[in-house]
Amino acid sequence: MSSFPPSRPAAPETDTPDLLAPVARRSFLRYSSAGLALGGLYLAGCSKDDTTGPSGGNGALIDVGTGDIGILNYAYALEQLEAAFYTQVVAGAYYAGASAAEKAIFSDLRDHEVIHRDFFKAAITTGRITDALVPDFSNIDFAQRTTTSGKLGVLNAAMAFEDLGVAAYNGAGRFITSAAYLTLAGKIVSVEARHAAVIRELMATNTFVGNDVVNLDSSSTNNGAPGASGAVTGTGLERSKRPQVVLATANNFLMAGSKLSATNFAN
Amino acid sequence: MDLFQIIDDIAKVDPEVYDRFDARRAVFRNFLGFGKKVTAAAVPLAVSTLFTKAYGQTATLDATVVATLNLALQLEYLEYYYYDTAINSPGLLNAEQTTAFNTIRNDERLHINTLRGVLGTQAIADPTRAGYDYTTSQNKTRSPLVPAFAALGGTTSPTTGTFTDNTTFLLVAQNFVDTGVRAYKGGAANLINQKDILEAALNIHSVEARHSSRIRSFRRGGIQSATAPKSWITPDETPGALLPNNGVAGSPSQVSPYAAGADATMFPAENNTTQATANVQSLVPSGGSATAGAEAFDEPLDAATVKAIAKNFAANPAALFN
Repeated sequence: MSSFPPSRPAAPETDTPDLLAPVARRSFLRYSSAGLALGGLYLAGCSKDDTTGPSGGNGALIDVGTGDIGILNYAYALEQLEAAFYTQVVAGAYYAGASAAEKAIFSDLRDHEVIHRDFFKAAITTGRITDALVPDFSNIDFAQRTTTSGKLGVLNAAMAFEDLGVAAYNGAGRFITSAAYLTLAGKIVSVEARHAAVIRELMATNTFVGNDVVNLDSSSTNNGAPGASGAVTGTGLERSKRPQVVLATANNFLMAGSKLSATNFAN
Repeated sequence: MDLFQIIDDIAKVDPEVYDRFDARRAVFRNFLGFGKKVTAAAVPLAVSTLFTKAYGQTATLDATVVATLNLALQLEYLEYYYYDTAINSPGLLNAEQTTAFNTIRNDERLHINTLRGVLGTQAIADPTRAGYDYTTSQNKTRSPLVPAFAALGGTTSPTTGTFTDNTTFLLVAQNFVDTGVRAYKGGAANLINQKDILEAALNIHSVEARHSSRIRSFRRGGIQSATAPKSWITPDETPGALLPNNGVAGSPSQVSPYAAGADATMFPAENNTTQATANVQSLVPSGGSATAGAEAFDEPLDAATVKAIAKNFAANPAALFN
């Protein structure tokens, strides 16, 4: 589908902000004024007559489907990716030489994500996407704690996955029609946020929130400065991402044939 | 420019667009008649007004939405003044904690601002620091529930006093933030028909969980603690110390940030291992942890139980969390 952002051929070489290169928050800007709204909509209108099926030379995309099952499939796909990542982490050279604390953390993360994956597998009884998405971790070096050159280090990749997972669940909530499923997603996303904060703390002290993931207006010096509470700017909101934006990043970590689309959940 | 093609296009990316314009699609369709009477040049202005109305903050909010957001707002104030008092308590925090709690305090201020923006004139008044008594003495009308809580403001003027014990401060901070996470999770379903507000609440919810993770790592000896590095809620923390329910109708007779809510099926304790109908502990991989099933899912809490917990920290329990 033409509106689906093309997958980049390779993960970036340096750090997470690049990996998660933010896509403009078009869905907000689209409505910020009539002019912007119309401008954005002309672009949206350009693709409306295009075919909706998978196309191109990159292999067919696996679409997560429609409705609540589509969102559950979307979550299942992301959990498959995370579970595969942490399973490989705990079998890798970084983990073998990691501190006791980091071993305990990554072992727990592996457990939690495997549980999430297998829970969705059990919960989606009909219309479930494949249980065997094939990850592509060729741009992650499982021997390196952090990125040193070329490939992502384990912490950098973990941070990318966890922050992406939080943004994904938050951005998917609006598409859920069942209160029970909405609550279920909430039960998982806060655990993902706890994960994200821990990994960020391992990367650098007191980075559990940052302007890259939470709207804090980094130009303000008040965030962190005592006594300036009345002057802080930003919204304090996590920077949620719509499914198609999330998948543009997630597909960088999936092999051709396992890449995903969410054509029914527009940006 | 075909206005109705545009509106239909918006509907493709925003299924609620008709609801934003009016509660009933049919009424919006009547705009067609209005549109015919305005000149082409006037259409952009008319459209602009339409969008301002649809996406602005002046729309009438459902009473359940208002109640849910105002409870969230009272919890944000509870946290904001708690962290603000700590930051201004001499010698309470070390340098690393000062930085962390400045960040957390400022986030809470932003959440307050955001919630007030959504609620507009329906937002509650700022309770101020004096609205809260973190010693749980309810402004000297009873003894602190736990003697150590007297360190969170003192016994002379508990609604203004500074904090004197780091361990107690961190314990109650963790209780507050975990209660907040559970409250947002429990309230989300009330917002399911207000998609933008729901998404904002979800985006606060995850930030609170980040805070909780950071506070837990302080309590557990730091991020590199070899003995207890976990930053998620573990089942041995539950149900936690039980608190009185302050007579809140519909809440259990005793409450806790980690115990079950009024309906233990809908709002189980945090050591719950049954999700939908699955025993999630049975899904732990080979060699995995005996506690991972409970850790992998947080649990929501109902509004009545949240209020019952929080009233213990109100200076006047009749004035807040009703």
